[in-house]
Amino acid sequence: MAATTITEEALAPVPQIVAHRVEPEPRGWTSWVTTTDHKRIGIMYMVLTFVFFLLGGTEALLMRLQLSQANNTLLDPKTYNELFTMHGTTMIFLFVVPMMAGFANYFIPLMIGARDMAFPKLNALSFWLLLAGGIVFYGSIFFNPPECGWTCYPPLSSRSYLPNGGVDAWIFLIHLTGLSSLLGAINFYATIANMRAPGMGWGRLPLFVWTILTYSILLILALPVIAGAVTMLLTDRHFGTHFFDASNGGSPLLWQHLFWFFGHPEVYIMVLPGFGIISEVLPVFARKPIFGYKAVAAATVLIAFLGLLVWAHHMFATPSPTFVFVFFMLGSFLIAVPTGVKIFNWVATLWRGTIEYKTALLFCVGFIGTFLIGGITGVFLAVFPVDWQLTDTYFVVAHLHYVIMGGAVFGIFAGIYYWFPKITGRLLSEGLGKLSFWLVLVGFHVTFLVQHSMGLDGMPRRVYEYADVGHLELYNLISTIGSFILATGVLVTVVNVLRSVKRGAIAGPDPWKANTLEWFTTSPPPVNNFDVIPRVRSVEPMKDIRRQVERQMEPAEALPAPTAESAVRA
Amino acid sequence: MNRIRRALARTPATSRSRQLAAAVLLALALVLVLAGPAFADAISPESGGSPNADEIDSLYKLILAIAVVVFVGVEGALFYSLFKFRARKGAVAAQIRGNTRLEVGWTVGAALILVVLAAFTFAKLSSIRNPPNSGPNGLQLADGVLVAAGPSKPLPPNGKSLNVCVNGQQYIWRYTYANDCANAPLTSVFSYQEMVVPVDTTVTLDINAQDVAHSWWIPKLGGKFDAVPGYTNHTWFKVPAKHVNEVFTGQCAELCGRNHANMTAQVRAVSPADFERWLAQRRADIKAADAAAAQERKRIEQQTP
Repeated sequence: MAATTITEEALAPVPQIVAHRVEPEPRGWTSWVTTTDHKRIGIMYMVLTFVFFLLGGTEALLMRLQLSQANNTLLDPKTYNELFTMHGTTMIFLFVVPMMAGFANYFIPLMIGARDMAFPKLNALSFWLLLAGGIVFYGSIFFNPPECGWTCYPPLSSRSYLPNGGVDAWIFLIHLTGLSSLLGAINFYATIANMRAPGMGWGRLPLFVWTILTYSILLILALPVIAGAVTMLLTDRHFGTHFFDASNGGSPLLWQHLFWFFGHPEVYIMVLPGFGIISEVLPVFARKPIFGYKAVAAATVLIAFLGLLVWAHHMFATPSPTFVFVFFMLGSFLIAVPTGVKIFNWVATLWRGTIEYKTALLFCVGFIGTFLIGGITGVFLAVFPVDWQLTDTYFVVAHLHYVIMGGAVFGIFAGIYYWFPKITGRLLSEGLGKLSFWLVLVGFHVTFLVQHSMGLDGMPRRVYEYADVGHLELYNLISTIGSFILATGVLVTVVNVLRSVKRGAIAGPDPWKANTLEWFTTSPPPVNNFDVIPRVRSVEPMKDIRRQVERQMEPAEALPAPTAESAVRA
Repeated sequence: MNRIRRALARTPATSRSRQLAAAVLLALALVLVLAGPAFADAISPESGGSPNADEIDSLYKLILAIAVVVFVGVEGALFYSLFKFRARKGAVAAQIRGNTRLEVGWTVGAALILVVLAAFTFAKLSSIRNPPNSGPNGLQLADGVLVAAGPSKPLPPNGKSLNVCVNGQQYIWRYTYANDCANAPLTSVFSYQEMVVPVDTTVTLDINAQDVAHSWWIPKLGGKFDAVPGYTNHTWFKVPAKHVNEVFTGQCAELCGRNHANMTAQVRAVSPADFERWLAQRRADIKAADAAAAQERKRIEQQTP
């Protein structure tokens, strides 16, 4: 007996790493503050940005209430201007862009089979900078919030016209969230470039990862420009420079060029990850591979490249030469081609599939139908003589919400419903999810479709009141009613999430029979993500793994359902 | 017969939901048909006050026609697949990974549509951008002061237009009737908020701003043109003779501060004779006001030792 024991001990593999002291898993709030785990940071990103989404939404509802009647006196002009500035800035800098960073933080390492981000501490810094930006910005509501719109054009944003600290709070928000996004982007790039699972070449990269890679490159290229521009605005305001002051040889148009050189790529920074989520979710629920993987990936990169060359289509009404307008019109036309290709590929992915109507799929479909309208109205706006009538009106407000809500927010909701089981280990309620989807879809279109007509009827954007000419009052009332339906839909999802975190059905590692590696590990994943990292043999590694498991299980049907781990061991 | 029996055999829930869907669609169609004429303003930009506004409107409608086709095609394909390819018992998804010919086809197709759009735009561009000559019923621009000149902006082929300097200020528009806006004589006729112009006359505008950025926009007279400090922007309009004594309204379209919503503008089109009378009246009024001001200054100077 004793002899055999000794032999067994002798034959046992020698551990390569000896753990002298195993730390207990950290608990409590301090563990969140000090964490460098990409999953925890991802969760903090998502929760924080969703809170900002609710704040931004509340600001929108207040504006819709004010506009529900002609010549309404609910809000004064100062408050109204503050509200649309806060709303736009919040939704862009504190919700959509960092929400995508949240998804990317949680899922990029999991999807590429890595155990964390390339620079975990930098990752934590990105999150805390974002929080600091949000606090600096929202701190201004106790003093004087900015009232220059999210574009903050000088001279209106100069000290002569807005002397209080609101614009400065806005500038610091841009700096802090910009730094946060820049560090995050470098981190994503480094992670994707260096930490992919064995066998995951560029041609096997999940499409969401492709879009985050492109998102990162765009952020790295565009953010320094806006950082420089707001610094120039800051020195104009406080240190006596005259970059944007026409009376001292500066140029207000310089600001517009710099702002939109950042601002237009920013649109793609917001919607490309949304495209990525759609490209992941659609094939899973259509039970078909994505149609034209290479075309979708190439279109992503092409959109990003062209997106850097079209900024002045936001400036068609400015005093600029006609050939400039022609150049930017044709550039904007070009972008419509890869964008159209993506939409065609998504529809073709559904074609001859077996579509399972889960909430995540519904949001994807809502995305395609909605974003298409935003894309088409974008072509109207690209034709600069037509833009002369449409720019700075509610037509543009409608267009940008169709693009950003259709393109990014529907994608974010699809992502929430798709990935919630992975993050929490529990499923969201499909009933509440579908209710939320229909309310959001109907509410969205009731709110924004009619805004095209307001703009065509002559209503400029950013006005706190309007006279009841034409059908403006009717249109506005319809829009206000729609906004409350939309808000109800969002709240249903909030309730769904809060309920399901504790009480949702247990999801298991791979509830959707999905394609990518994040579904290979448990839900929620362990701290190290994967005990074993599988070799990737195609763009749909989980499909391969499931097939392999099935093959090995065939003779022994009585065995319990195979798990991902058993597949690898086998 | 078989079909009817099958329809009857359908569960009551699905047939009721179909009926409901059909009723909703019918009601929607009815509302659209009835609302069509009443809401004609809802689907295209305003026009009717000037040829460039009309041209923009017709360009818009050309794009709209193409857009409707694309929209119906893509949404149709989307809804068809959603309905047709639902997960059913026994259905197996076709494992198609792509089709290069199809990809190339729709890429080229999309590009072709845009080439057509670009061609339309270039065809219309000169009639939108370049002002025409004034009509026979317009103001006979004998008065040299009001004839625009110079290579810096598009002028009518004969070089003659009524030039107005438009200046945006928080929160009002000032109009100076002068040829050279940078060096307008102090005696130039000016007005605030309401611009008076003769019909059938090409009016060119030099637009700039005094304080912050504004945007000049009278929807029926054409597009927006930003007024940016340090820059001069240009546009034109020509009100047809039939619109004599009509007032066209608009408002500032670039956020310019708290009272942005109330920075309105009006353009009153009058007959050339009335315009000349108005011009003379304004000249006299301004002269009288100047004289009164001079007298008042003298009185104050005399009072203070």
